[in-house]
Amino acid sequence: MNQYEVTFIVDPVLSGDEIKATAQTYVDQLTSAGCAIVHVDEMGLRPLAFAINKRSSGIYYCVEFTNVNGTFMDNLELSLRRDERIMRFLTVKLDKYGAKYNEDKRNGLIGKRKKKSSEPSREDAPAPRPSREAAPAPAPAPAPVAKAVVVEEMPAPPPVVEVEVDTEPILDEPIVDIDAVEDEPAKD
Amino acid sequence: MANKDDIKFLSNPNIGQLRKKYCRFRKFGIKYIDYKDADFLLQFVNEQGKILPRRITGNSLKYQRKVSTAIKRARHLAMLPYVTDLLK
Repeated sequence: MNQYEVTFIVDPVLSGDEIKATAQTYVDQLTSAGCAIVHVDEMGLRPLAFAINKRSSGIYYCVEFTNVNGTFMDNLELSLRRDERIMRFLTVKLDKYGAKYNEDKRNGLIGKRKKKSSEPSREDAPAPRPSREAAPAPAPAPAPVAKAVVVEEMPAPPPVVEVEVDTEPILDEPIVDIDAVEDEPAKD
Repeated sequence: MANKDDIKFLSNPNIGQLRKKYCRFRKFGIKYIDYKDADFLLQFVNEQGKILPRRITGNSLKYQRKVSTAIKRARHLAMLPYVTDLLK
């Protein structure tokens, strides 16, 4: 059994019923050709990245089906090509990973997996993110030093111990922060 | 005596080091790249919609091929532009 997937774009100028009827004709054609329909995904109206037939949007459909072989494909593609209501189509034979991906997507597992898949890119970002949180620190860090000095000058009475407590961690901090800050451009 | 954390450097010793590139598909076990997921594919094109080379994305050859076919399919279906400016 091979699994296939046909994605096509229906002209958005048609009325809602006509659009559904168009999609239904191809589903019917596939079933009459002996295909088992796995799933019909109505992806809805989407803007196109570029104009096709002077239309800037289209209604996307994705039909997933299985068949023992691909002999029906010529007829399907011919009728899709002849149909004026169809702006674009693409038929793809899915490998086992593709079939599994689509099944997972239907069961809502891909949402999590999508995060995983987008994480790597964001993992580049999160890595700097903590450093970015640390990055603002160096800017404030010098300020407290100045403040501490001011505090020293203004109210002389406050115990010196407090000032020392302030300055000590600050001396430690910038060195840690500088590491973080200098990591950042390297990651970007 | 001197703990490793106690040693302070004037300049960051890690600064000259290159980050090792890796293939995210291998690392995270992604086997299939969906051509309908335009947002995901956007990570592999530049601002003009050109496919980024492997030396920048770090993909392994196997997955770079899959990425490029997925992007080309997405372009055919007008999910990604063939040419553009200021894509991102």
